[in-house]
Amino acid sequence: MAMISYLKSCLIAAIWFVFLTFPLMVVKVNTLKNTVEWRWMNMLWVAIGAFILSAVWRWAMERRARGASQKEQESSDSDKKPSLGERLLEDPKLYRPLLGLVVALALLMPWVSEMYQVTIWVFALIYVVLGLGLNITVGLAGLLDLGYVAFFGVGAYTYAILNTRFGLDFWICLPIGGLTGALVGVLLGFPILRLRGDYLAIVTLGFGSIAKIVYENWEGVFNGARGIEKIARPGFFGMEMDISAATTFTYYLMLVMVVFTIFVTNRLKDSRIGRAWMALREDEIACVAMGVDMARTKLGAYALGAFWAGLVGVIFASQTTYINPASFDFMLSAIVLSMVVLGGMGSIVGVVIAALVLNLLPEYLRAFEDYRMLVFGAVMVLMMLFRPQGLVSNVRKTYTHSKKVHAEEANG
Amino acid sequence: MDYFLELFLSGLTRGSIYALIALGYTMVYGIIQLINFAHGEIYMIGAFVALVVSGVLTIYGFSGVSILILAALIAIIYSAAYGYTLEKIAYRPLRGAPRLSPLISAIGMSLFLQNYVLLAQTADFLPFPELVPEFEFMEPIAHIMGSAELIILITSAITMIGLTLLIKYTRIGKAMRATQQDMVMARLTGINVDRVISVTFIIGSVLAAIAGVLVGSYIGQINYFIGFMAGVKAFTAAVLGGIGNIPGAALGGLVLGLAEAMAAGYISSAYEDVFAFGVLVLILILRPSGLLGKAVKQKV
Repeated sequence: MAMISYLKSCLIAAIWFVFLTFPLMVVKVNTLKNTVEWRWMNMLWVAIGAFILSAVWRWAMERRARGASQKEQESSDSDKKPSLGERLLEDPKLYRPLLGLVVALALLMPWVSEMYQVTIWVFALIYVVLGLGLNITVGLAGLLDLGYVAFFGVGAYTYAILNTRFGLDFWICLPIGGLTGALVGVLLGFPILRLRGDYLAIVTLGFGSIAKIVYENWEGVFNGARGIEKIARPGFFGMEMDISAATTFTYYLMLVMVVFTIFVTNRLKDSRIGRAWMALREDEIACVAMGVDMARTKLGAYALGAFWAGLVGVIFASQTTYINPASFDFMLSAIVLSMVVLGGMGSIVGVVIAALVLNLLPEYLRAFEDYRMLVFGAVMVLMMLFRPQGLVSNVRKTYTHSKKVHAEEANG
Repeated sequence: MDYFLELFLSGLTRGSIYALIALGYTMVYGIIQLINFAHGEIYMIGAFVALVVSGVLTIYGFSGVSILILAALIAIIYSAAYGYTLEKIAYRPLRGAPRLSPLISAIGMSLFLQNYVLLAQTADFLPFPELVPEFEFMEPIAHIMGSAELIILITSAITMIGLTLLIKYTRIGKAMRATQQDMVMARLTGINVDRVISVTFIIGSVLAAIAGVLVGSYIGQINYFIGFMAGVKAFTAAVLGGIGNIPGAALGGLVLGLAEAMAAGYISSAYEDVFAFGVLVLILILRPSGLLGKAVKQKV
């Protein structure tokens, strides 16, 4: 009997979604030629898809509700068994060989594959660093930044302008790009410090869009919508390199960058400011009441997040040798944000994995590419519903004390 | 003088569209403190449904005003259905979750709906049929104000008056005000809070659909991305008027529309969007509670 009502509700959901999608999925009208195309097959697909998905949805929702009540019971028992994922991250015997394998593969990659593959990986690694940078702002400090792409653009344009107009070298521009990004981050962060989370999101979204409009319309400096071309590739002590050698070189450079970023964020996480960020994320009022300087902490998060974006912006410009405003639109911010969300806010390993998966999957599954943003959107919703802590949840350092010792102390 | 009047009226027209969308933001924010990021997409879907319906009806030989009414009605029904479903799937399960979660879910939904329309229809701009006929009595002032503008102004005025009456005098309006003031207390007095929230989303979506149909026939073309900018600007309008405040949203929309039209007319139209964002940032810094809003102290 329960089964029948279950199927009935799935059927109702299917009918509802057929109704919802009818004018957009089935009808396609050409107002110029006055013709209508009826795509009845789509209706069938929607019906089947909605039926199956609603069955899965119901099951997942039930599981979620059960999980919530189970968790309450579990939290009373202090010790629980770590999952395989947690063990893999914490036990040196398990993660060291794995890490070694990853490093070896990463180092060998350019020698065993074509240049096209290497280029794809360079971009994937750029996204990894962007994800890790945004992870500082969003994941650690809890400041939802929807205009992250603005800082990326600042870095890229800094290098493009300094290189094409003043002939400055890549290696000089790399730190300049990062610092300019951080500076812009502080400048933008300063007026919006007092804003609460959701206002902050919309203001940063505004800044991101303003940056793009300025690149597009300020012909004198940014060369408008035509963009800037003939940007130099990175050199290495004056060595002449052709495109493929330069790409390989950029690949290794990005590898170093990724390792450097991971190292820095990892150290930051357990530092004084990192703990202040996390406290700020959890409860702003309590955190300020404990004596944390809110302005400095928030600006620090902004500046550091923006620094990485500026840095890889320089590398991005040198890799593509051509930039235009279209590269820096809201979609990029959204993609990077969905990486952070999928990977688990604050979790370094999670963000790295998510960035690689979300970037390489559309490259290798070409059929998937059109649906890329659709899936990203769905991923963000589903993650928030069913696994808000991300794929690899951020394990925070905790101090453990055993009850026995405590009891003895109390007796003595 | 004519130029100024033209700008003024186009600003007013634009402003009333912003106001219609802003009302949806403000009502939702007032009740569940969530920026409904996907609200702009509901507006876009309303415009698209109206386009599809009017296209089909034109081919099957319907004429002028009957197309306008049918297209608007169906667009309203669909937008309401989308708004309701959106809330049920993406926001209702997240009630009581940390503040960031529903916001990210809303951004995800916005991306999803945009790309759904992109894939189901097309990425190109589609020409929107002229649904509003040219009125003869508008002839003498046609260089200042078109018939479409007149229709927009009248429709939005009627809609906003209707909304005010609904909130002030009906049972559900009373329930909405009670929920806005104190959700827990409202629930204790027997108000079905979930239903009130659903109704709020439906009303907001209806307003957005009306805005979508009006804007489509005014500007003459739409694509899947129009909801993004309109959404951000309408949100600016809502903040400008004081978020959560219904007359504030209407006022904020009109002020923003006028200011934008003046800036575009007298300064530069390339930086039109920058101007709207500039207003948003300034308001948030100088007077975060908005023009009509009351400053709320955060309680611990």
